[in-house]
Amino acid sequence: MDWNLIIQVSFESIIGSTAIIYALAAIGLNVHFGYTGLLNFGQSAFLGVAAYGLAMSVTTFGLPFWVGIGVGLLGAVVLALLLGVPTLRLRADYLAIVTIAAAEIIRLLFRSVSLSEWTGGSDGLQRFSDDFYAMNPYSQGIKILPLIDMDSRDLWVLTVGWILVALACLIVWLLMRSPWGRVLKAIREDEDAVRSLGKNVFSYKIQALILGGVLGSLGGFMFALSRAAVQPDTYGTELTFFAYTILILGGAARVFGPVVGAVIFWFLIVFIDALLIELIKVGAIPTAIMDPNQAGSVRYILVGVGLMCLLIFRPQGIFGDKKEVMLDAR
Amino acid sequence: MFTALLGALFFALGVNATSAYAAEGEGLQGALSSGNQPVAGVKINATQNGQPVGSVVSGADGKWTLSVPPGKYEVVLDESTLPENVGLQGAAGPTRSLEVFEGAMRNVLYPLGPVGAGAPPPESEPTMLDRLPNLVYTGVHIGLILALGALGVSLIFGTMGLTNFAHGELITFGALAAFVFNSTIGLPLWLALVLAVVAGGGFGWLQDRFFWGWLRKRRTGLVGMMIVSIGLAMVLRYVFLFQFRGDTRQYADYAAQAGVEIGPLLIAPKNLIMDAVAILVLVAVSFALLKTRLGKATRAVSTNPSLAAASGIDVDKIIRLIWTIGGALAALSGVMLGMFQGVNFQMGFQMLLLVFAAVTLGGLGTAFGALLGSMVVGVVTQVSTLWVPTELKNVSALAALIIILLIRPQGILGRRERIG
Repeated sequence: MDWNLIIQVSFESIIGSTAIIYALAAIGLNVHFGYTGLLNFGQSAFLGVAAYGLAMSVTTFGLPFWVGIGVGLLGAVVLALLLGVPTLRLRADYLAIVTIAAAEIIRLLFRSVSLSEWTGGSDGLQRFSDDFYAMNPYSQGIKILPLIDMDSRDLWVLTVGWILVALACLIVWLLMRSPWGRVLKAIREDEDAVRSLGKNVFSYKIQALILGGVLGSLGGFMFALSRAAVQPDTYGTELTFFAYTILILGGAARVFGPVVGAVIFWFLIVFIDALLIELIKVGAIPTAIMDPNQAGSVRYILVGVGLMCLLIFRPQGIFGDKKEVMLDAR
Repeated sequence: MFTALLGALFFALGVNATSAYAAEGEGLQGALSSGNQPVAGVKINATQNGQPVGSVVSGADGKWTLSVPPGKYEVVLDESTLPENVGLQGAAGPTRSLEVFEGAMRNVLYPLGPVGAGAPPPESEPTMLDRLPNLVYTGVHIGLILALGALGVSLIFGTMGLTNFAHGELITFGALAAFVFNSTIGLPLWLALVLAVVAGGGFGWLQDRFFWGWLRKRRTGLVGMMIVSIGLAMVLRYVFLFQFRGDTRQYADYAAQAGVEIGPLLIAPKNLIMDAVAILVLVAVSFALLKTRLGKATRAVSTNPSLAAASGIDVDKIIRLIWTIGGALAALSGVMLGMFQGVNFQMGFQMLLLVFAAVTLGGLGTAFGALLGSMVVGVVTQVSTLWVPTELKNVSALAALIIILLIRPQGILGRRERIG
């Protein structure tokens, strides 16, 4: 059994680009769900719009890299407005259904054959990240066996990614201790009370939706750049559900909750996955019980069980405060 | 190593389950079919700079995969291995030049169709008016399938306030149960259907008896329960995948039934019979809701649970009954859907958003709104294919949902105060 490989992939998942992407997505969700109490089930759309904004600008329309980033950010803001204006006046579960529907619409549009001239259809787009990797200051990777073995490209992605995560945390921390942030938390606790104090609840919610969407869109950029490709089906509902699991695992309404959640989540997923596949390979698990294909579905089952257990037994996650978790809508 | 492994891993994540199969990483893949029939035994060769790198033969389901490292390839379909009456369609020919990227399976498309003596002559493009009646019928059929699912979602929402994201899995459960009874055990389909509906009702009862009822007793918040249902849906869906694998399969009976012409319509009789069953069941349930004591109690709980409890209605019992009925209706919906488009592990999940759209359109928590909403969603998705590409038909339903919420947020039959 190849323990070195298991240790290496598990350790790399702790600092890896996947943890970064999901941490950013969950930080955005934290602003929505954790602080403001908005049940946004369409976070994948914010990542997708940002990633495709970048990829389409560069690959399809031949615009410079930084314009692509601008288009992606603008896309996230526009999406937040489009989602928010019709739905933020409605009750929480309506928002959930509409956001998940909108995210599916966007994914279906990305993968549709009729738009494939611009979006690349179900194959997605590639070759938009050259400018990003051209900025890479590292000339070589690092190799500390058995922990880590990365080339200079990975290293550059991780550097940029963790800087973005740190910045996002800083922004959330600063904003949530400001008067603006206190209004958001008050909206989560009692919308009517806030309204009676003369605050425009709707406007605050829209602002929160935009902020969380833009933070999530940073995850979309990292997703696209670290893979050097965008692919429509990676921006499906599962991304959102994983981000929720991460947020609740780490603790909603806590600045570092999403980051800790993402690291632990991906460590567990990658470790269990690699372990199962190795166990099958050496014959410790007979293929009559499970073959490598089936091992792929085990992780989803575990995520589902984990999500249920967290919500039932410890809705505040690792760091959260039970009083601060929005769990009731009616 | 790192990028390749994580890349492959990641890919496996997003592309929901079919992806779990592409775990080997990069490569070429495709599925060959002519009409709706898979084409097996066709040889496909891949070359790189003129050097052959591999060849593969399509399987019984028409699918083929070829693992190759990233790079540029020429993929050639060997036309001599095609069955006699099948040929390549379109002007693209048998050769494709494409590039495989790191961590991704590249799809290679070969449009195939019937040729030669057995092939029907090319028809003139049907006009809008010719297509309309068939689309409307299909829309009604799908609307009935949706309605069976939506009634359960709506009643569960009405009585306990839960937006049940795991309802799609109740639909899949019914379809898969019928598949086991029909194809594995070998019972006739009508008996399999009855047994699947009973099993679905039992599954719903069990869920409430041992899970949702327990959560209610623990006073878990509604948003909490909603997220729990997402977790439950994920668990069930991937247990189905684990057990039944990712292919779409057909029931043993009536799989490819020829259609009969009724006026301008071309309908397979099995669909007509299922329509009749669905309408009968929906009418019976609606009648029971309106006329029987239990139905009245259900509507009372749905309107105001505390008041209903105060007037001597056993709210818990009513909710358990709703779960049982909801499970049975969802199972029937699943079998109908399975007869219409085949059985796979995520059929219910793919319907779930349309069911939600139907329920929301009609007004959350109103039983008759759910029926009306389902018909609207079913017909809108189908008829919209006159103007939008078929692959985007669900987009029109979901877009209709968002637009209606803008104009009339409480839905068609909803009451104003429900939206708070």
